Amino acid sequence: MFSLYISLRSEFYKSRKTLAFWASILLPLIICGLVAFGTISTQERILKMHLNAETLWMYFCSGALNPMGLLILPFYVIFMAFSVNNIEHRNDTWKSLFSQPLNRFSIYAAKYLYALILVFICLSLFLLLTWGFGNLIPFVAPKLRFQDYSPIELLSKIYFKLFLSAFGILSLQFIFSLLWADFLKPMGIGFIGIIAGLITASKGWEYAYLIPYSHPSLVLSSKGKEGFQLFTTEIYASLAYALVLFIAGYFILSKKSIK
Amino acid sequence: MNSPAIQTCGLNYHFGDQKVIENLSLEVNRGSIYGFLGPNGAGKTTTIKILLNLLKSPKDTVFVFGRDMNTYRTANLKKIGALVEQPAIYAHMTGKENLLNRCMLLGLSKNKASEILELVGLGAAAHKKTGQYSLGMKQRLGIGLALLPDPELLLLDEPTNGLDPNGIIEIRSLMIELATKHEKTILVSSHLLSEIEKTATHVGIINKGQLLFQGTIEDLHLLNKPVLTIELNNTQAAAQLLSREGYHIEETKADQLTLEYSSAEQSSQINSLLVQNGFNVSSLHPIRKALEELFLDITKTNN
Repeated sequence: MFSLYISLRSEFYKSRKTLAFWASILLPLIICGLVAFGTISTQERILKMHLNAETLWMYFCSGALNPMGLLILPFYVIFMAFSVNNIEHRNDTWKSLFSQPLNRFSIYAAKYLYALILVFICLSLFLLLTWGFGNLIPFVAPKLRFQDYSPIELLSKIYFKLFLSAFGILSLQFIFSLLWADFLKPMGIGFIGIIAGLITASKGWEYAYLIPYSHPSLVLSSKGKEGFQLFTTEIYASLAYALVLFIAGYFILSKKSIK
Repeated sequence: MNSPAIQTCGLNYHFGDQKVIENLSLEVNRGSIYGFLGPNGAGKTTTIKILLNLLKSPKDTVFVFGRDMNTYRTANLKKIGALVEQPAIYAHMTGKENLLNRCMLLGLSKNKASEILELVGLGAAAHKKTGQYSLGMKQRLGIGLALLPDPELLLLDEPTNGLDPNGIIEIRSLMIELATKHEKTILVSSHLLSEIEKTATHVGIINKGQLLFQGTIEDLHLLNKPVLTIELNNTQAAAQLLSREGYHIEETKADQLTLEYSSAEQSSQINSLLVQNGFNVSSLHPIRKALEELFLDITKTNN
C-alpha cells in the first residue's frame, strides 16, 4: 500500500508541469468560461425564450455537458491514458522505474489510478465551474434568474455517471498506450472507437453498450428519460470492462520484459 | 554471508530465436570492481538488465548477495543502484527534480538530492531542465541517481560515455573510493579494456553472449605472454633451427621472426644460438602485447 502511495505521489510530481496535468484544469475552465460568456452575450435571445430557472439551468449546463459527453470526455480520456504512460516511453524511463525496489503492481496501479484521478478532477471542475459560473452570471446579467434554482444535485449525479462511464475507455486506452510508445496507434484506434460509439449510441443500437467509447454518449442520451438512474447497462458494462482490462493490463505488464 | 555479490548460474537468454546470452556464469565478489568487458552487442547490457530483473530469467539462475532475483526481487533491488545504457531521466524536469522524484520513490530525505548533485559536479546546473543538459551532464546525473540510495552494489553500464577526460578521471576515482573506502561492489561494463584496467580488480570478458574470461586483472596479465622480435637474415632457416631447439615461433616474415620467450636469459641464449649458427642478428626486441590486443585476441576466439 505504501509503494502505491509513493508511486502515486511520484506520478503527480512528474506530471505537475506537463500539459496532461494542466489540461484537466484548463479544459473545464476554458469551456465553462466560454459557455458563460456565450450565455451573457446572448442574454437578450435567451430572455425571449421565457425559460423558468430550472430550464434556464438545463439550457446553460447543456452548453458544456453535451460537447463534453459526446467528444471532449472520450478524447480527453484517450489523451490522459496516453500521457500517463508516454512520460516513461518518451524519456526511456521504464527501465529505471522498474528497477526500483517497488512492486510492479504498485507502479502499474498508481499510473492507472492517477489517470482516473485526473479525469475525476477534470469532471469535478466541470461541475463546480458550471455551477459557479451559473451563479455568477446574475451579477452581470441580473435578468437571467439562475439564483432561483440549484441544479447541483442533478449535475453532480450526471457528472459522476459520466465519470463512471469513462472507466471502460480509460482501461482500454491505458493498455494501448502501455504497449505502444507512439501517439498514432492509440489515438487512431481511439478515434475510430469514438466515431463507432457516437454512431451506435445515436442510432440507438441495442448492443451499443458493448462499445466502451459509446458509454458517455449513452449516459447523456438517457439523462432525461424516466428519472435519474446511476447504475444503468452502460455503467455496468464500463465497470466490467475496467475490471477485466485492469487485470489484463497488469498481466501483460508482469510478463513483459523491459527493453 | 560470504556469498558473492552477483552470481549467475548457466544463464541463457533469447530474443526470439536469437540467443544473446549463452551459459553465462558470472561471479562478482563483494567489495570488488568487476570490469565487464565486451565489444558492442556482446550481451553486456542484456546481462545487466537480467541482473535488474528487467528481462526475465529462469528461477535460480541469478543471485544477488546469495538470494534468487526472481524470489527476492524487491529486497535485492533495495541493495542495487544502476545506470543502464543512456541515463533514464525526465527531460522536462530539472536535475534536482529528477533526484527529488527518486528520493520520493525510495523514501529518502530531500537533502540527499543536493548532496548527490554536489558529488557528481552538477550543483551549478541543479535547476536547469535536463533536456538542456549535455550528454556528459546527463551521464553524471544518471550516476548520481544510481548512487542516491547508497547501494551496496552498483551496476554501471558504460558510465564514462560522453564524459570529457576530467569527467572520466573523476568517475574512476569515485569508483575506487566507493569500493575501497565504502566497501561497495561495482560492476562496470565497457568495450574498452584500457578504461577498465585502471579501476577494476576483476575482469569478465564476454563476446556473443559467452563469457570467455573471468578472473583478476593479474590473471589477465598472466595470459599476456611476452614475445621476442628478432631482426636477422634468412628467417626461414632460423625459424627451422629455433623450432628444432624447442622454441615456439609465432610469426615469420622476410626479415623478422617473432617467438614466445620467458626471460632475459632465454633471450640471450636465443641470440647466442643464432650467432653460433652463422645468422646475422641485427636486433632483438622483447615485446609485451598491449592488453587491448589481448582483449581482441580473446574475443576473436568465438568469432
